[in-house]
Amino acid sequence: MAFWARAFHTARRVAPVLLIALAMAACGGTSAEFPQSTLHPKSDLTSTIDGVFMTTVWWALLVFVLVEGALLYVIFRYRGRPDDREPSQVHGNTLLEIVWTAIPALILAMIAVPTVRAIFDTYEVPAGDALEVEVIGHQWWWEFRYPQYGVTTANELHVPVGRTVTMKMTTVDVLHSFWLPQLAAKRDVFPNRITTIWFRADSAGYYSGQCAEFCGLQHARMAFHVAAGTPEEFDAFITGLRRTGTPVPADTTAPSSPSSAMAGITTTTLAAQAQADTAAARDSAPAAAQAPAGSGAELFRTRGCAACHTLDATSKAKMVGPNLANIGSRRYIAAGTLLNTDENLARWIQDPQSIKPGVIMQSMGLTLEQARSVAAYLRTHK
Amino acid sequence: MATSAVSHAGHASAIHVEKSGIWSWITTVDHKRIGILYGASAFLFFLIGGIEALLLRIQLGSPENTFLSAEAYNQLFTMHGTTMIFLGVMPLSAMFFNYFIPLLLGARDVAFPRLNAFSFWVFLFGGLFLNVSFLFNAAPNAGWFGYANLTSKQYSPGLNVDFWVIGLQILGVSSLAAAVNFFTTVVNMRAKGMKLMRMPMFVWMSFITQILLLLAFPVITVALILLMFDRLFGTMFFTASLGGDPLLWQHLFWIFGHPEVYILILPAFGIVSEILPVFARKPLFGYAAMVFSGAFIAFLGFGVWSHHMFATGMGPIADTVFSLATMLIAVPTGVKIFNWIGTVAGGSLQFRTPLYFSLGFIAMFIIGGLSGVMHASPPADLQQTDTYFVVAHFHYVLFGGSIFALTAGAYYWWPKMFGRMLSEKLGKVHFWLMFVGFNLTFFPMHFVGLHGMPRRVYTYPAGLGFETMNQIETAGSMVLAIAFLVFIYNIIQTARKPADAPADPWNGATLEWSIPSPPQEFNFAEEPVVHSRDPLWETKRERGGKLPEPARVSGAGIHLPNPSYWPILAALGVGSVFVSIMLVHTLGPIAIAAAVLFFFFCVFKWAFEPAG
Repeated sequence: MAFWARAFHTARRVAPVLLIALAMAACGGTSAEFPQSTLHPKSDLTSTIDGVFMTTVWWALLVFVLVEGALLYVIFRYRGRPDDREPSQVHGNTLLEIVWTAIPALILAMIAVPTVRAIFDTYEVPAGDALEVEVIGHQWWWEFRYPQYGVTTANELHVPVGRTVTMKMTTVDVLHSFWLPQLAAKRDVFPNRITTIWFRADSAGYYSGQCAEFCGLQHARMAFHVAAGTPEEFDAFITGLRRTGTPVPADTTAPSSPSSAMAGITTTTLAAQAQADTAAARDSAPAAAQAPAGSGAELFRTRGCAACHTLDATSKAKMVGPNLANIGSRRYIAAGTLLNTDENLARWIQDPQSIKPGVIMQSMGLTLEQARSVAAYLRTHK
Repeated sequence: MATSAVSHAGHASAIHVEKSGIWSWITTVDHKRIGILYGASAFLFFLIGGIEALLLRIQLGSPENTFLSAEAYNQLFTMHGTTMIFLGVMPLSAMFFNYFIPLLLGARDVAFPRLNAFSFWVFLFGGLFLNVSFLFNAAPNAGWFGYANLTSKQYSPGLNVDFWVIGLQILGVSSLAAAVNFFTTVVNMRAKGMKLMRMPMFVWMSFITQILLLLAFPVITVALILLMFDRLFGTMFFTASLGGDPLLWQHLFWIFGHPEVYILILPAFGIVSEILPVFARKPLFGYAAMVFSGAFIAFLGFGVWSHHMFATGMGPIADTVFSLATMLIAVPTGVKIFNWIGTVAGGSLQFRTPLYFSLGFIAMFIIGGLSGVMHASPPADLQQTDTYFVVAHFHYVLFGGSIFALTAGAYYWWPKMFGRMLSEKLGKVHFWLMFVGFNLTFFPMHFVGLHGMPRRVYTYPAGLGFETMNQIETAGSMVLAIAFLVFIYNIIQTARKPADAPADPWNGATLEWSIPSPPQEFNFAEEPVVHSRDPLWETKRERGGKLPEPARVSGAGIHLPNPSYWPILAALGVGSVFVSIMLVHTLGPIAIAAAVLFFFFCVFKWAFEPAG
C-alpha cells in the first residue's frame, strides 16, 4: 500500500516535469530533425515572423499558466464538503470585472504593436538588386522562371545567399499556396493575379517546402526544394541552365519576353498543350537526326515525353509538364514524391499513375528496359 | 402565493396519455420530441464523422501509408469537416434549443411548432443526402470550405461537389427556418415576469446564436447559388479566365464562416453558464457582463472574416484592421472565462459528471483561445495558416469547447429528457478517457504544424520529423473512440433502468426542474410567473428547502397544436426541388417544375390545415 502511495506521489511530481521536457523537445528540435520547421528561420523575412511569433508565445504561456492556475486553484479550494452550508450568493464584482477586462486588453496591445510593425515590414519590398523569380503553380508541381536570365526550371529552385529574392507568383489552374517555412513563409497563388513575397536567405542549405492550399487529389505530393548557395554557385547554376538552350535560331511564334509569358498564364491547359507540341517538335528536331533507334533520346522524342517536357531551360514555351533541363542533378522527382535515383526515375517514367495517381503524366507503354534508357538519357541533363 | 414558478399538482386522476408509435414521431410537432429527434440523428451523424476521423488518423499514423487512397482521404476529410459542423455540433445544439428553450422560458412550445418539425425533417434529409454520396463513391472531396476554382466543373467534374453544394443548401433552409422560429420564441413566448435580463444564460446565448444564423446563412446561401450556377448553368462567377474571381468565394464563404464559429460555440457557452452555478451552488458571476460579452463577440464576429485569408496578401491596411479586430475578440472571451472562474470561486463544488465536463471545457477552451490570438497576428499566420497548428487550434475550440460543453449538457439534462440518471461512475470514466484522449490527439498537432506539416495531406514523407507526433495523435484518437463507446454503453445501461429520476436531481435553479422528468406534453400545467434570474432557487428558498415531487396531472383543457404530416412532406418537397436542380441535365427542367409544384402543394395544405 505504502509503495503504491509513494509511487503515485512520485509520479505526480515527476509527470509535469516529464510533460514539460517533452513539450520543450517537441518545440525546439533541430533543423536536421525537422527540416521543414517554421521554428528555424533562415531568412530576414522568417526571422521577423519568428520574432512576432515568439512574442505571442511568451505572452500566451504567461496567460496560460496564470489562468489555468487560477482555474485549478478554485477547483481544489472550493470543492464541496457534505456539511457545507449554502455558499454566499455573490452576483458579481464590478471592480474585478473592470480589471479583468483591462488586463487582457493591455496584453493584447503588447502583441498588437510588434504585429502591426511586422505587417508593414513584411509588405515592404527592399530596394536594391533583387533576384526576380516567377513562381507558377501547376497541379501538382511548381515552375520557377528567372526572367532576368531567361531560364526556367521546376520543383528545385536555386537562390544565392545574401541577395533579396522577389517571388512573383501565379497559377495556371487552381489555387495553390507557396509555403517555404524556413525562408519565405507562405503566400497563396491565384489564376487571375500576381501575388508577391520576398526574402533574403542568410545561410546556405537545402530547404523544403510544399503547397499549403488544398488543390485536389495530389495536394500532398506538391513539394519543392530550394537550394541556397553562394553567389558563385548560383551563377554556375544559371550558366549551366543557359547552356541547355538549343543552337537553332529562336522561334518567333514563342512568346519573346518573360513578362508576356506571365500575363498570358491563364491560357487553358489545352492551349498550352498545343503550343507545347510545336515547341517540342522544334526542340527535338536536330537531336532526332543523331539519336539511334531505341536509345533513350529517341524514345524521349517518339514516345510522347517531348509533348509535355522540354530539355531546354531557355525555352519560353508554356509546357504542360516540368522543364527537365537539369533533371539529372535534381535531388527529387515528381514534386518531392521520390528521391531522384536511377531506379526511381525509371519507375516513374514507366508508370507514374501507380506512384502519384491522378497526375497528368500518363504511362507511355514503355517496358522497364526502355524506361531505364530514357532515365539514363535524362540523367545526362544536369 | 407570491411565486408560482412551480407547477401545482392538480388531481392526478386522469393522467394525460401520450401517443406512441412511429407515426406519432413522424407527425409530431412537440418541441421535446423534435429535440430528441434532432439529438438522436445528430449523434448518429456525429458518430459517422468520428469514424471518418478515425480512418483519417489511421492513414496518418505512419508516413507514406497506403491504408487510404488519396481520393478516399480527400472525401473523408471533406465529409468529416462538413459532418461535424453541419450535422454534428449545430444540430446537437439544436437539440438543446428545441428541448430546453421553451422549458427555460416557461413556455408550452416554440412559436411555430409545425415549422419546427419542418426544420428537423429538412435537416435530416439534407444530412442523409450528403451521406448518400458515399454510396455513389462521389462524396464531396474539395474540403468543407470548397474553395473556388477547385470546385469548378473544369477541375471537379464529378458529382462530388454537386452533392456538397446541394446538401449545404438544403441544410441552410433548415437552419434559417429554425432560427426564425427560435428568435420569435424568445421574443414572444417568455413566461410572465421573465424580462430579457432575467433569461437564463443558455437562452441568451442561444438567442444571439439565432441572430448570427439569420445574418450569416443568407451569405453562404448566395455563395452556394453562385457556385451552383457556375457548375450547372455555365456562369462565370468564380472563373478567372472569363472575368470571374475565385477570391470572391473566399470572402463570401468566410463572411459566413467566421460567424459560424460563434454559432458553434455560443450555445456551449450558454450550457456551461447553466451548469456551473448549479454545481457551485451560487449564481452566475457577472450576469450582465456575460450577456454583453456574448453579444459583443457575435457583433465582432462579423468583422473579422479576412483573418482566414492573411496568406492571400490583402495588403498591410486590411491585414492590420482584421488582425486588431480579431485580437479584440479575446477581450470579451476572456471576460467569460474569468466570470466562469468567478462563479466557481467561493462556491461549494458538487463533483458530478456535468461539472467535470464543464470544467474540462474551460480548461481546454483557454488553450484554443490562446492559440487563436497567436494566429490573429498576420505575420505569424503566414506560417501557421493551413497547417496542423490551425487544426489543433480549432479542435481545442470546437471539441475541447463545443463537444465538451454539449456532453456536459447531455449529462445535466438527461434525467429531464428521459427520466433516468446516466451513471455517474461511467460518466467519470467517460470524462477522463475523453480528456486524456483529446489532449493526446490534438496537443501534438500544435508542434507538428509549427514543424511544417500542412493540413489536408493524405500522406507525408518520412524524414520531416512528423512520425512520432502523428503516432501519438493516432493513439489518442483511439482513446477518444473508447471514451465514446463508454458513453454509448452508459446510454444503453441507463435505458434499461426504471424511469425514476426526480424532477429536480441537481438542485436546479431554472424552470425546467420544477416539472416532472420527463415533462408532460404541455410542459407546465400552469404557466409560471418569474421574479428573478434563478426562479426555482428563489421558490425553494422561500419555501425553506426541497420541494415535493410535482405530480403528473391531467392536461385536459390545455390547448396543444395538432400533429401534422405536412411538415415532413414539405421538407421532402424542399429536398426534391434541390435534387431535381442537381440532376437538371439528366431529368430535365420538367422535374424541377414538378418538385416545385409538389412543394407548394404541401405548403398550401399546411397553411390551410384545420386547427382541429
